[in-house]
Amino acid sequence: MANSTGMNVQLFIPCFIDQLYPETAFNMIKVLEKAGCTVSYNTSQTCCGQPAFNAGFWEESKAVCSKFLKDFEGTDLIVAPSASCAGFVKNYYSKLFDNSSMHHAVTELSNRIHEFSDFMVNILGIENVGASLKGKATYHDSCAGLRECRIKKEPRKLLANVKGLELTEMNDVETCCGFGGTFAVKFEHISIGMGEQKVENALATGAEYLISTDHSCLMHLQGYINQKGYHLKTMHIADVMASGW
Amino acid sequence: MKETAANFIAKSTIKAADKEHRRKINFNIGKYNAVVPQGKEQFTDVQLARERAKNIKWRAIEALDKQLEDFELTITRRGAKVIWAEDAQQALDAIQKICEAKGCKTLVKSKSMVTEEIHLNDFLEKIGIESVETDLGEYIQQLDGEPPYHIVTPAMHKSKEDVARLFAEKLGTDPKATPQQLTLTARKILRDKYVQADIGVTGANFIISDIGGIAVTENEGNARLSCAFPKTHIVIAGIEKVIPSMHDLALFWPLLSTFGTGQNVTVYNTIVTGPRQENEKDGPEEMYVILLDNGRTNILANEKQRESLYCIRCGACLNACPVYKNIGGHAYGATYSGPIGSVITPHLRGMEEWKHLSHASSLCGNCTEVCAVKINLHELLLDNRHEAAQEGYAPFAEKMIWKVWRIAMLRRSWMNMANGNMKTRLINKVAGSWTSHRGKLDFPQKSFNQQWKEKMGSK
Repeated sequence: MANSTGMNVQLFIPCFIDQLYPETAFNMIKVLEKAGCTVSYNTSQTCCGQPAFNAGFWEESKAVCSKFLKDFEGTDLIVAPSASCAGFVKNYYSKLFDNSSMHHAVTELSNRIHEFSDFMVNILGIENVGASLKGKATYHDSCAGLRECRIKKEPRKLLANVKGLELTEMNDVETCCGFGGTFAVKFEHISIGMGEQKVENALATGAEYLISTDHSCLMHLQGYINQKGYHLKTMHIADVMASGW
Repeated sequence: MKETAANFIAKSTIKAADKEHRRKINFNIGKYNAVVPQGKEQFTDVQLARERAKNIKWRAIEALDKQLEDFELTITRRGAKVIWAEDAQQALDAIQKICEAKGCKTLVKSKSMVTEEIHLNDFLEKIGIESVETDLGEYIQQLDGEPPYHIVTPAMHKSKEDVARLFAEKLGTDPKATPQQLTLTARKILRDKYVQADIGVTGANFIISDIGGIAVTENEGNARLSCAFPKTHIVIAGIEKVIPSMHDLALFWPLLSTFGTGQNVTVYNTIVTGPRQENEKDGPEEMYVILLDNGRTNILANEKQRESLYCIRCGACLNACPVYKNIGGHAYGATYSGPIGSVITPHLRGMEEWKHLSHASSLCGNCTEVCAVKINLHELLLDNRHEAAQEGYAPFAEKMIWKVWRIAMLRRSWMNMANGNMKTRLINKVAGSWTSHRGKLDFPQKSFNQQWKEKMGSK
């Protein structure tokens, strides 16, 4: 992997990664730094505003989105270990700040923010980070990755270059896992039914690892897997990329 | 919680855990998924076709008043009578009046969601008129006393064995009869009904403004018979069904067929522009077209939601929806199920009662991805959620949660205040139903933010 890009990048560490999975954020930093990026992190950042927006509380959301716009001022590209949050900033800020003086800032921000695998492959042009992980894996397309950030090949390219990792595709790979934010709690049984099918499809491939760009999907799936006692480990793609070196 | 929401939770909980239901639906939708890509091959550019269709529907809906008046003017000239119905009751009253005038005892009807919407069959039964569904899937559902499960394939949730059992029970056929034998049985019964029927009722897939006609799309020929065989033909159509010109059918027929069933074009496509004319040999003596509002103008008045009126009822969003596939069409408790149903039902029947449908979505966006006329379905669900919150329909506790969330998210220090153990305790308590099938969430002692600061501070 080339490590002379010398690019300055801003980190956006979404609230639940910050609170629940800090090691994934550190792993992403490790990979970005190896790729030659100079990483900076505004410690006052909190959340992209998506939870309240999806619940219908747009006013509360907009206040937090305004803070986000302020926290990420400047021209540096922004990288986030979550397609869901990056996709929200990309596609929905424009809905909140429509017909406002923030219009240009929002358009510009939506172009600057990238999900991690999108950034690695499409911005840095790096497909091999020198990672290694032994075992069989299957990749879950998160809905936000697929339909908000429009990435499908990118994570697969990165994973194909992980030494020792055998990648197989599962059935219904583009079907939602059933997380869906508050949906997972408000309509728990539907969410679990969807998660069950996702996990069963993953298990049918014989994979030991279930990899995705989004911890939100994975936290829901891992919870279900643990309850069932299945031998399947979910892994965030940044954690995979930081493995073995 | 409203009763409608409580019913939804109860029904969807049962269905989501019903593996046999899941197997049948996945099997039937799997067949659909296999053929749709073949149908799409007939378009040089399917994206462009969808955009054009959206544009045509936009034009139709933006000038809906004029489009409908043009339709009325032209079809009236050919002898049809147009009746404007503001709600279900007005439509039913109009139908009753016609039935009484004709001394109608038996009525045949083709598959029509709008007749489901106004509960026509129940109404006719009450006033002593036999109403016979002639679409095979609908006939099966009528025999079973169930509403359609899906807007295109009404008996999708039944296997061929289920249908054989049902026919055996209701019609005394061999319980091991094959689908072909069952179809022939139904056909024989229905042919007799066509001969007896005084009135034929159909829906309309399209109201064609320029030529003053209605278009009906089907695969069995039963709708064409319902139009043409009885002496009186009644059409019931939602006002949003308009397309400006007959020429638009060149796009809409293949589009509806491909997205609905994967066919290039369905087997029968009929345009009806009035009752039998003087120089014509067959066709009904009289034709009535009932144009139904029933809440649609609420959607027309709502600028954001207006695009949901572009829907051509192909059912693609239902087939693409993981929620629909898990809970099935009946759990929704509404005439229109799946994503489009969740979008429009709150506007047709009241936000307070039906807002839960907009929340019963993981917002995966697959509905928007597959919509034949590119309606932003999942964004409209978000708009519904927003409307519901603005109208104050959220529970008090939820309103408080978002107020506190806002305060916390505006002050970074709040997020670093508690240690991992405290968060683990608190969150697992709040997210009670999260934990019952997924176990606990374990918070690390320190957030990334805290760890970063410590790391940077020590450098």
